[in-house]
Amino acid sequence: MGGIPHDHYEPKTKAENWLHSRLPIVGLMYDTLMIPTPKNLNWMWIWGIVLTFTLVLQIVTGIILVMHYTPHVDYAFQSVEHIMRNVNGGWAMRYFHMNGASLFFVAVYAHIFRGLYYGSYKAPREITWIIGLIIFLLMMGTAFMGYVLPWGQMSFWGATVITGLFGAIPVIGEPIQTWLLGGPFVGNATLNRFFSLHYLLPFLILGLVIVHIWAFHTTGNNNPTGVEVRRESKAVAEKDTVPFWPYYVIKDLFALGIIMIVFVAIVGFMPNYLGHPDNYIPANPLATPAHIVPEWYFLPFYAMLRAITFPIGIPFTDIVLIDAAFLGVVVMFGSIIIMALAPWLDTSRVRSGRYRPMFKWAFWILGVDFFVLMWAGAMPAEGIIPIISLIGTVYWFAYFLVILPLLGVIEKPLPQPATIEEDFDAAHPYESPSASTGGAAAPTPAE
Amino acid sequence: MIVKTLRNAAAALVLATGGAMAAGGAGYVEDYDFAHEGPFGTYDRAQLQRGFEVYNNVCSSCHGLELVYFRNLMEDSGPGLPQAYVEKVASFYFVPDDSLGAFPGDEREAKISDRFPGSSMENAPDLSLMAKARAGFSGPYGLGINQLLFGMGGPEYIASLLTHYTGSEKEEAGTLFYGNETYPGGYIAMAPPLWGDDVVFEDGSPTDLESLSIDVAAFLMWTAEPKLVQRKQMGLIGVLMLSILTVLLYFTNKKLWYPIKHRNAPTPAE
Repeated sequence: MGGIPHDHYEPKTKAENWLHSRLPIVGLMYDTLMIPTPKNLNWMWIWGIVLTFTLVLQIVTGIILVMHYTPHVDYAFQSVEHIMRNVNGGWAMRYFHMNGASLFFVAVYAHIFRGLYYGSYKAPREITWIIGLIIFLLMMGTAFMGYVLPWGQMSFWGATVITGLFGAIPVIGEPIQTWLLGGPFVGNATLNRFFSLHYLLPFLILGLVIVHIWAFHTTGNNNPTGVEVRRESKAVAEKDTVPFWPYYVIKDLFALGIIMIVFVAIVGFMPNYLGHPDNYIPANPLATPAHIVPEWYFLPFYAMLRAITFPIGIPFTDIVLIDAAFLGVVVMFGSIIIMALAPWLDTSRVRSGRYRPMFKWAFWILGVDFFVLMWAGAMPAEGIIPIISLIGTVYWFAYFLVILPLLGVIEKPLPQPATIEEDFDAAHPYESPSASTGGAAAPTPAE
Repeated sequence: MIVKTLRNAAAALVLATGGAMAAGGAGYVEDYDFAHEGPFGTYDRAQLQRGFEVYNNVCSSCHGLELVYFRNLMEDSGPGLPQAYVEKVASFYFVPDDSLGAFPGDEREAKISDRFPGSSMENAPDLSLMAKARAGFSGPYGLGINQLLFGMGGPEYIASLLTHYTGSEKEEAGTLFYGNETYPGGYIAMAPPLWGDDVVFEDGSPTDLESLSIDVAAFLMWTAEPKLVQRKQMGLIGVLMLSILTVLLYFTNKKLWYPIKHRNAPTPAE
């Protein structure tokens, strides 16, 4: 792999040679694990491991849950309660899986915003970035369909509202909606196909995660300075990097340990905090809940959907080109698609936000904007909420469409370090005995 | 105490501003204390037994409990009732007869391996999960802070509902509705089910309206979350073990990186 020169696996024994000449799998694993990694990575570079761990956690707990779950409108709710009450350890599997979705999104949002701040999306890492966003979209689909499976009130009505979004697409919308639902309304066919896809998509995600890792192992990791690893020779590259194993494996495991403490505390002490009480009421197509809210991780995008309450038409006429409902859907999906264009919308030659004084402001406002939208998405769409949502939506799009292209032109970036080594040395200065030979240092008798 | 006062004040504010939260339909929920609250809280067995008496004597005439097996009443982490007693209780309930030769619609006395029957009244919801299907006050501005600190508030909601009938009535489309401060919308179809002294406890525990309501709410929390005690135990053990592991990883990481971060300057000759 990769452009950074480093040691490769050399089979030593006869048996190793035999295997290596037929299937170089040990070499592949060695190269993957020993990849030279910038030695100045900070704590925002832990989320990849957290996400990989969470994906495995969700797949394992999910497969176990499937052993006891029944995807049928008459039995789904009961079978989940059966898991909670009568299956040994079933309550733990279910609560881990249910809260695992939240852990997944906490980590993926941190991961995405890390990429946005340090310019990880910029050349040559555009493919890594776009694959990441495809994974994010698949995650959202998987999480949404998973939430439907317990067949509670929020499951049913969430499915009704979200699939209704497709119905807003002009002309082809309603056939698409019917096709998605497997019928004219949310019913048994819907539950079955959501179950099927909820099982399938995580494995697509797993495959894409491998491609995601392959892509950034080819380009090398980004790092907080945004300065590339020097590649003239192995000796020079080693000044900027350390091997992934053991340095980052152990560091990431430590970070994962802290995150798992919080996660296990949530599962153990307040597993229903992030859920909605209405989902403990069996689905009832005849009774609409007072307030249909998606899970917290969809709220920012849900707020953008609801922010659009006006159609686009020809001014001073009654001709409507795009009606409000469809425009809302376009805006919601557009808010994610626009992120995929960031590599080309960002015109700055400087990669890391650390050296971009104006960009920093724009970025942190985007971060606040994300949380404001999340809050607005949870509130009833009354009073000031729609206006707040609209302002938040406008800023989201303005960040990508206006601010990123403009800043590259008007911003004067700060000086960057020439190399990663220079940045690392500044953070961890030499404790040099040779400094005393330099003579400038005052004597330190106390030592 | 201060927290409680603030919480009540905030709840009152929500009530006063009324219309702003109308879409949420939030009613007033009194913050009763329960033994199962907090990370170390467990069920109070005597309270669950009293709460079961209330269910058995009052609620069960209309409401079902169809996710709960009679045998569950014997669980150590739940009411922990003796088997002979549970068998006797079960024999007062009737379930569909599944024995050979029975006709559809036939019924037989329940055994401890059976579930409680479902609701006998069309519009009386099953109570098995009621304590998890309702929530209390979520915190100012819908931020959920109260629920984070004090639990979701389902049992508080149930106890409040039972104690906050206003006494007013109204008739709509031939049905009588009863004024209730907790129920969203302010009027509920269920007539006040408890009045105080509806049951008599052998140990002389108080049987006023509020005590009975809290007892039955605690019992319904158990029916909704029978594995709560095991869950918190797992949480505690998990947090402790992971903490030890994380401390070990911290020192491993520190030692591993030490030579990378702490080194001498290269010799100038280089």
